[in-house]
Amino acid sequence: MTDTSDEPVPAGELVLSLRGVSKNFGAVSALTDIDLDVHAGEVVALVGDNGAGKSTLVKILAGVHQPSSGTISFRGKPVTLADPSAALTLGIATVFQDLALCENLDIVANIFLGRELSPLRLDEVAMEVRAWTLLNELSARIPSVREVVASLSGGQRQTVAIARSLLLEPKLILLDEPTAALGVAQTAEVLNLIERVRDRGLGVVIISHNMEDVRAVADRIVVLRLGRNNGIFSPDASNQELVSAITGASNNSVSRRAERRQARQDQTQEPRP
Amino acid sequence: MSREAEAAPVPPQLDRADVRVKHEAGIGGAIRRFFDRVRSGDLGSLPVIVGLVIIWTVFASINPIFLSSSNLVNLLFDCSTVGVIALGIVCVLMVGEIDLSVGSISGFASAMVGTLWVNQGWPVALAILAAVAVGGFIGALYALLFNRLGMPSFVSTLAGLLAVLGLQLYILGSTGSINLPYGSNLVNFGQLLMMPKLVSFALAAVPGIVMLITGLRTVARRRAANLSAPSTGGLVTRAVVITVILELIVFYLNQARGIPWMFGLFVGLVISMHYALTRTKWGRSMSAVGGNREAARRAGINVRLIYSSAFVLCSMLAAFGGVLSAARLASASQQAGTGDVNLNAIAAAVIGGTSLFGGRGSAYSALLGIIVIQSIASGLTLLDLSSSLRYMITGAVLAIAVIVDSLARRSRVSHGRA
Repeated sequence: MTDTSDEPVPAGELVLSLRGVSKNFGAVSALTDIDLDVHAGEVVALVGDNGAGKSTLVKILAGVHQPSSGTISFRGKPVTLADPSAALTLGIATVFQDLALCENLDIVANIFLGRELSPLRLDEVAMEVRAWTLLNELSARIPSVREVVASLSGGQRQTVAIARSLLLEPKLILLDEPTAALGVAQTAEVLNLIERVRDRGLGVVIISHNMEDVRAVADRIVVLRLGRNNGIFSPDASNQELVSAITGASNNSVSRRAERRQARQDQTQEPRP
Repeated sequence: MSREAEAAPVPPQLDRADVRVKHEAGIGGAIRRFFDRVRSGDLGSLPVIVGLVIIWTVFASINPIFLSSSNLVNLLFDCSTVGVIALGIVCVLMVGEIDLSVGSISGFASAMVGTLWVNQGWPVALAILAAVAVGGFIGALYALLFNRLGMPSFVSTLAGLLAVLGLQLYILGSTGSINLPYGSNLVNFGQLLMMPKLVSFALAAVPGIVMLITGLRTVARRRAANLSAPSTGGLVTRAVVITVILELIVFYLNQARGIPWMFGLFVGLVISMHYALTRTKWGRSMSAVGGNREAARRAGINVRLIYSSAFVLCSMLAAFGGVLSAARLASASQQAGTGDVNLNAIAAAVIGGTSLFGGRGSAYSALLGIIVIQSIASGLTLLDLSSSLRYMITGAVLAIAVIVDSLARRSRVSHGRA
């Protein structure tokens, strides 16, 4: 285990806890009475249909939106996340869906963007060493940190984005659709990366539409439906259970196909009269 | 030494751990790396240097006076005024914006110096300061329109071009032109003041020495941090080559009147800007905003402040360039800053290799680009060709420069280096 900071989080500690969080946009309640717990060294997947409130929840945690009611506790203490920098200083880092990297700058410059060492006389050597340390901790396969980001693959870019979010030694990292635009190999690479981040003792919240990815890395799956908690599942819950929790309907193509399969199996098992 | 040799192979250097990356060592490697880079479309200053060699060869073969040291000294005087303006253009192009009013601002600044200093009797330094400050104010206005009202800089500065030209005509009044007194320090600076030969030789040695010292220090720090470092031999070679070239240039120019102080000032500004753009947080933020504005904002960069700094700096440099050109011409007239000043300044930055698409450029492109443009102007003047031809040729060179920029960009995209 690598020591992530001067003040290591004991494994399993409750990092983040939401109780009764609601968010209204005018007459629309985007989130109602959301409860969510994230422990250190745990990957929590947030799944739900379009408009279920996943992104709103992440934006509240990133400090972009403020909740209308409810409490947020971070490491046991109630906190208010007034703006993105408040969340960052607390130790909540967010990797947004569109990776927000500058393609014309190299990897070191991107990792340190906005947080350069010695602003009037950039300390390139120290920044390069730190960048390598971060990337090596993630076992990232980046050939050279002096390449511009434009030359990287999607998975490598995601790696850089995650490495950047780790620069401030966060305790919790939020990943919004980290595999949405990636190919098979890059997706696997990012999922590996998420496991390594978890193994460093960080709490991870990942939003994804891809049930396979969610099941591959998540320790718990939290389903949101129409802005409300709609069940917490273990990663070995069946697809049918998850889909019906997400859509709120037990009658859909997934369930129908499962029924048909079940029926066929029953048929073949039944001895013909 | 021997201890280092024993210790080195055990832990691989941090940036040499990946076997997939080719590492070229030594001078041969540096040359190969250079060709690789050019082939992938990362041209840097190469096109402008090639273009300069072609232009100089053509003009020198037609009229040998072109390359005489006295003509080159005059060339340097002419370069300095528009070059300072082009330096400002580099700033706004870095963030992917444009300022079309630099010509008007330079003309207005020269008119301000004329009226305040000659007509109103202000001290000359105060008049220059006022002109540059008003330039900065105009830039701040563009920044305000851009940041708060979302007005594209193309339009706001086009409006500014007319409005500021109007201001220039207004303060010049009915006389239309103010002569700056010959023999005054400002006019001497713009027309006569040369570096003493010894000073010029000493200054030409400075870049090589600075390069060597900072280079050696970086090498030592990188070795200590277990990073790969360029060879000391290559560093010394580069410093020696640069020093020899600079000293030869200075020696050749010293055959005539020598190096103008005004050109020295211009080069000093270019070097300061280069440092600011490459080695400070501000410069990094400028490239970031030019490359991906939203990414820069999310990284916590104050994007509006960066845009404002670019616009203000551009307008201030344009005003300062206007003051220099007033000194060069010893007059502030209605024609100052009109005509081709605007486009020469923008063309210089683009010809020098600063991309119109933002996020990619260098302060040196102002220096190289303006030398190209003024070479064309000077060569055609020596051939006694009319200005109609000069405009056409400068236009063609600008078109070629933009085409090279676009093609190089396309090549970078296909080589994954955009």
